[in-house]
Amino acid sequence: MIVHSIFFYFFSVIAIFSSLMVITSRSTINSVFFLILDFISVGCLFIMVGAEFLGMILLIVYVGAVAVLFLFVVMMLNVAEQKQSWFIGKKSTHIPTGLIVSVLILLELLVVVGGWKYKEDVMSSSTLILSNVSNTHQLGLVMYTDYILYFQLAGVVLLLAMIGAILLTFRERVGVKKQSYINQISRNPSSSIELVEAKSNQGVKVDD
Amino acid sequence: MIEYLQILGQEIYKIIFLLVPILVSVAMIVWLDRRVWGLVQKRRGPNVVGPFGLFQTLADALKYIFKEIIIPASANKVVFILAPIVTMTLALVAWAVIPMSENLVLADINVGILYLFAVSSLGVYGIIMGGWASNSKYPFLGAIRSAAQMVSYEVSIGIIIINVLLCVGSLNLNEIVIAQKELWYVIPLFPMFVIFFISALAETNRPPFDLPEAEAELVAGYQTEYSGMMYAMFWLGEYANILLMCAMGSILFLGGWLPIMDVYPLNAIPAPLWMILKILFLFLLFALIKAIVPRYRYDQLMRLGWKIFLPFSLIYLVLTASFLFYFDKLPKVSI
Repeated sequence: MIVHSIFFYFFSVIAIFSSLMVITSRSTINSVFFLILDFISVGCLFIMVGAEFLGMILLIVYVGAVAVLFLFVVMMLNVAEQKQSWFIGKKSTHIPTGLIVSVLILLELLVVVGGWKYKEDVMSSSTLILSNVSNTHQLGLVMYTDYILYFQLAGVVLLLAMIGAILLTFRERVGVKKQSYINQISRNPSSSIELVEAKSNQGVKVDD
Repeated sequence: MIEYLQILGQEIYKIIFLLVPILVSVAMIVWLDRRVWGLVQKRRGPNVVGPFGLFQTLADALKYIFKEIIIPASANKVVFILAPIVTMTLALVAWAVIPMSENLVLADINVGILYLFAVSSLGVYGIIMGGWASNSKYPFLGAIRSAAQMVSYEVSIGIIIINVLLCVGSLNLNEIVIAQKELWYVIPLFPMFVIFFISALAETNRPPFDLPEAEAELVAGYQTEYSGMMYAMFWLGEYANILLMCAMGSILFLGGWLPIMDVYPLNAIPAPLWMILKILFLFLLFALIKAIVPRYRYDQLMRLGWKIFLPFSLIYLVLTASFLFYFDKLPKVSI
């Protein structure tokens, strides 16, 4: 038991430290690396409380895909050495905005946690939650029966977001030569090779 | 507390007995790879150091150890040094869950296949970090290519894994193997096996998908600026990853440590040996493909991943699910 709590504090200290470093470190790349460390330690915490499926999904989705894209954007946009005038120099406009957002999030959390405490049968499921099947089976049993509507709605929201992102970046490109696999495969000598008699001093006009 | 230390000591003992064979077999597998490559091209391959050239890799490793480690002046030092360490650690850490027989496994966890998938999706960080920290154009281009490539092919590997999981009904690797006692999944899911194999080639940056280190365009990709031991660590990590993908393929499709048939002379061969034989078989395919297939162009690679493999494996997933549902073969949860 004591070992368990030692590990718990170990991972939580790393998680809190790295989340602080995300907002205070000088270079943006380091921020992203600390964000990844934060995700990993939170994933370890999930595994420690027995939610191994959630921990692994956090690792796969956030660390394996989302954070890679973050890193990509930060490296490509060349914002690596952004000067952060945090408490020194001229006053920053980020701090008031950040404060408003964080106060809003805190209020929302309070409302959610309070509502959950107040009405306890919100989270209880009509499908019996059994203790002798594994975590993953339990999630599957609940998610595809009682919460199928929310599951599907979440899928639709994600699909919409994906279509929106594609629409935002889509533009018709003109003058780009594209490879058509069908045309390329169905070419044969009779349609693509032509024997031309070249007259001297006149040459041959080849249309491209 | 003392009890805990004893358990810790035992675990370290087990871990060492897992890591040393893996490192030795990585060295042997590099030799095998070069040897097969040579034979296909009608050369001899490494055959000078030791019997049949078996110690060639050890000699190479010794050479790397005694070479100077050069860190470019404009590199980000911490990330530059961290990158090969990350690559090699991730490649070795995944072996903890690979079952060599029913009991011979370091950590028999419930979500084994998810763990493998998570660790292999983290593998991209070593490459990105190395490419970015070198602060040079070729490594950076190589890193970006490889990140896009690995993220795309992970998606189809994930869907292939879901295909197998639908038939098994468990995420535990040992249960996946035991579920194949009647029929290896390579038979009903043969198209998925082919796609898994090709995606594994792309995931480990092997030819014909070795665009991150395409020597004609990018010198050596993300490892251009690395030398000495740090280069050797990238190299070891790469081969350990290839072996890992072979192990994953043999667990998911070729029945892991199960014998081909449960009859006398075949089931007398110990289970770990079967596992090793299957890994070796898949690795021989990897090595042959390296020698006989030319490199893909980058847009063709992306097209293959997103426009062909992803839709095809999704359709096959729907087919598998409908088949299992219609014939009432869905795995039952023991409640």
